[in-house]
Amino acid sequence: MAGLRDVAIVGVGATPYYKRGQSWPQTITELAGKAILAACEDAGLKVTDIDGIAYYSGAGAGYGNKMDTADFMETLGIPEIKFTASLTSGGGGSAGSVGLARAAIVAGDANVVVTVMALQQLQNRLGSVFAAVPADPINSFIQPSGLSGPGHLMSVLARRHMHMYGTTREHFAEIAMSQRENALNRPKAIMKKPMTKEDYFNARMIAEPLCLFDFCQETDGAVAVITTSIDRARDLKQKPVPIVAAAHGGVREWGRAFAWMGMPDEYFASSGHKPIGDRLYAQAGVTPGDIDVALLYDHFSPMVLMQLEDYGFCGKGEGGAFVESGAIRYKGGSIPVNTHGGQLSEAYIIGMTHLVEGVEQMRGTAINQVADAELALVTGGPASLPVSGVILGRDA
Amino acid sequence: MSEVLATALPGENVHITTDPHTEPFWQAAKERRLVAPKCGQCGTFRLPPTPFCPNCQSTDKEWVDLSGDAVVYSFAVVHGFPGLPDVTLVPVVVDLPDAPGARLVTNVVDVHPDDVEIGTRLTVDFSPIADGWLLPVFRVAEAQK
Repeated sequence: MAGLRDVAIVGVGATPYYKRGQSWPQTITELAGKAILAACEDAGLKVTDIDGIAYYSGAGAGYGNKMDTADFMETLGIPEIKFTASLTSGGGGSAGSVGLARAAIVAGDANVVVTVMALQQLQNRLGSVFAAVPADPINSFIQPSGLSGPGHLMSVLARRHMHMYGTTREHFAEIAMSQRENALNRPKAIMKKPMTKEDYFNARMIAEPLCLFDFCQETDGAVAVITTSIDRARDLKQKPVPIVAAAHGGVREWGRAFAWMGMPDEYFASSGHKPIGDRLYAQAGVTPGDIDVALLYDHFSPMVLMQLEDYGFCGKGEGGAFVESGAIRYKGGSIPVNTHGGQLSEAYIIGMTHLVEGVEQMRGTAINQVADAELALVTGGPASLPVSGVILGRDA
Repeated sequence: MSEVLATALPGENVHITTDPHTEPFWQAAKERRLVAPKCGQCGTFRLPPTPFCPNCQSTDKEWVDLSGDAVVYSFAVVHGFPGLPDVTLVPVVVDLPDAPGARLVTNVVDVHPDDVEIGTRLTVDFSPIADGWLLPVFRVAEAQK
């Protein structure tokens, strides 16, 4: 079988998901620790087996909080760490962080590597994060405009996409409704009320052209994922989920993206993911048509549409017509997208829920299982570089 | 839609900081001049101002006085800001015809949001913000080509 397949995800674990701030009085370290212990339990490993931690977002835990390896060793009793590192920048590294874990394992530095994210929006919240940070010399060129959160920034990209390609709010509505449909039967999902097109168009406009339902939720919780070598994986409790391809990075034309707004025209109304898609497909020896389920980072609905284009599920500029055709629906779609409801409807843990769903789809245990799915695409970002993606597979 | 005119954020709420590379932009704005750094070697414009030219890596730069004309590249209509629930803002990304390749993220002010489109021509104005600085903002130009 083609692709990397030298390491596998063997355990996933999560806390419950909470509305913003409601995970208190648990602390960040406690939330993360619960997710790590749950992932160990899922894998059939002891927490003392962990010898590496591969973070993203600079080991940040959301907005203003931090995680640290020594804290986890102290409280969880992890005896020795042989690899501790993070991808840079923010949520764009979520999927790629398991590629960082792979790098540690393939290099022989560590063997049982956990990736973890914990998020608690008690003081600072995603929705207005850019209004809350102090001025610095670079953000002084964007902060005064009143683009106070990431969705505000991405509304400008969405507007440009609509202008260039005739994309409409109906197309964004289809993404929001499709994902809501997928969340309805999930016990842990926060948003379980069906959404009609009328509901969508009656929602409050936050940053036109985007409304409330184009924005992901502001939730709390923690998720951990354990990666190990394929040989060890086959001795553990769960059916291994091999990493078939993993890439993070991106090109200068995307760069800081919507924190910059200097992208050339062909990149501005995009997700910045095309270089990642090209690398993943080359590593895996597959084409977009071979992907069975796509877990696309969905902080804002238009960025799902632009990733569909950049990952080659449809042509550039054709994302609107593609979603309108029903292509991304779990029921009857040609490429089911965010079968877990995603960050728009299940919960937002900065990309980690997409990894969990990818693992469950490849184990064959997903709540909304795509029949006979053999390859799952999981992405992180669109955000300031790195953006990232992985292709997960089924073990032979 | 609404009859509300878009504004900039109240000046006392807007803080900027500078570093040696960005300071000349803000000092010029204080004199009501819109400027952008142009590479002294290859002529490439860049914003925000950064240490190197991304095209040729030169640190030579020349601060060029711009006409103040701009064209809307894309925009949002923002309803509310933390602590200011009723404010209406039109943040815009603008192309600067006399600094090709450089863009500013700014606001169109005193405008009905429905009157802003991609391609709308703008002209610069300067609005007081905290600590005695002036912020470049834009108004719809009287002559729309």
